[in-house]
Amino acid sequence: MLISNMEVIPQKRIIKHLGLVQGSTVRAKHVGKDILAGFKNILGGELTAYTELMSEAREEATQRMIAQAESAGANAVLNVRFATSSVAQGAAELFVYGTAVVLDGASV
Amino acid sequence: MWEIAIVVVLLCLGYGFGSYREKKHYQSIYAREAELKNILVFDTARSPAPESETGGQLVLGNVVISSDYFKTFVAGLRMLVGGRLTSYESLLDRGRREAVLRMKAEARELGADSIFNVKFETSSISKGGNDTLGSIEVLVYGTALGNFQAA
Repeated sequence: MLISNMEVIPQKRIIKHLGLVQGSTVRAKHVGKDILAGFKNILGGELTAYTELMSEAREEATQRMIAQAESAGANAVLNVRFATSSVAQGAAELFVYGTAVVLDGASV
Repeated sequence: MWEIAIVVVLLCLGYGFGSYREKKHYQSIYAREAELKNILVFDTARSPAPESETGGQLVLGNVVISSDYFKTFVAGLRMLVGGRLTSYESLLDRGRREAVLRMKAEARELGADSIFNVKFETSSISKGGNDTLGSIEVLVYGTALGNFQAA
């Protein structure tokens, strides 16, 4: 499964459009990590635990999108976009969407 | 009296650790930017020479970065009179550049030489007290092109 945020992939031809596919996940912060993050708000710097949390959650949303694309018979998702929204205090929704297509070319 | 003492201690901690970390971070950013400068980043949607490029895999970089007590305090004072919040500007600058570097590092591992259609997204992860800036997430993503086959 090829995932890309370009509309056209160089040297590959789109032979079929299968429409929009999407994946999302809602994640809440861990209380313990939140307390540690409170200390970091005094000292400054990167919140590694949150960076990992966000990228894991985004990965999961992407896997859901891929599953949807696979069931539609696609071999690529193009023009992928990410969106993050905070749905409640301490919880965020990570949303990813794109267009499922069939590309020709053996390497896909 | 105690409250003032606590605020002063927090300010000193924030200023000490915060400015030390910021200096270290900028040094590491400059070093890695020089190291990764041969990976070109574009925000155009199409490659100007599609016939010479292969690949086409999504790469992304993200970072959650937090303000320190001193920065928040200085910004709070500045908000009384308005104007540039220089203490937050450097924070956002560091976050964006760090995220770009992580994206470039991922592209280099794939063997890519350029990244196209780059998009930035910034979101607030948690608010500090009194609705100040607590921590922000910067996400940057794009499509890596170069002489490799996408998975």
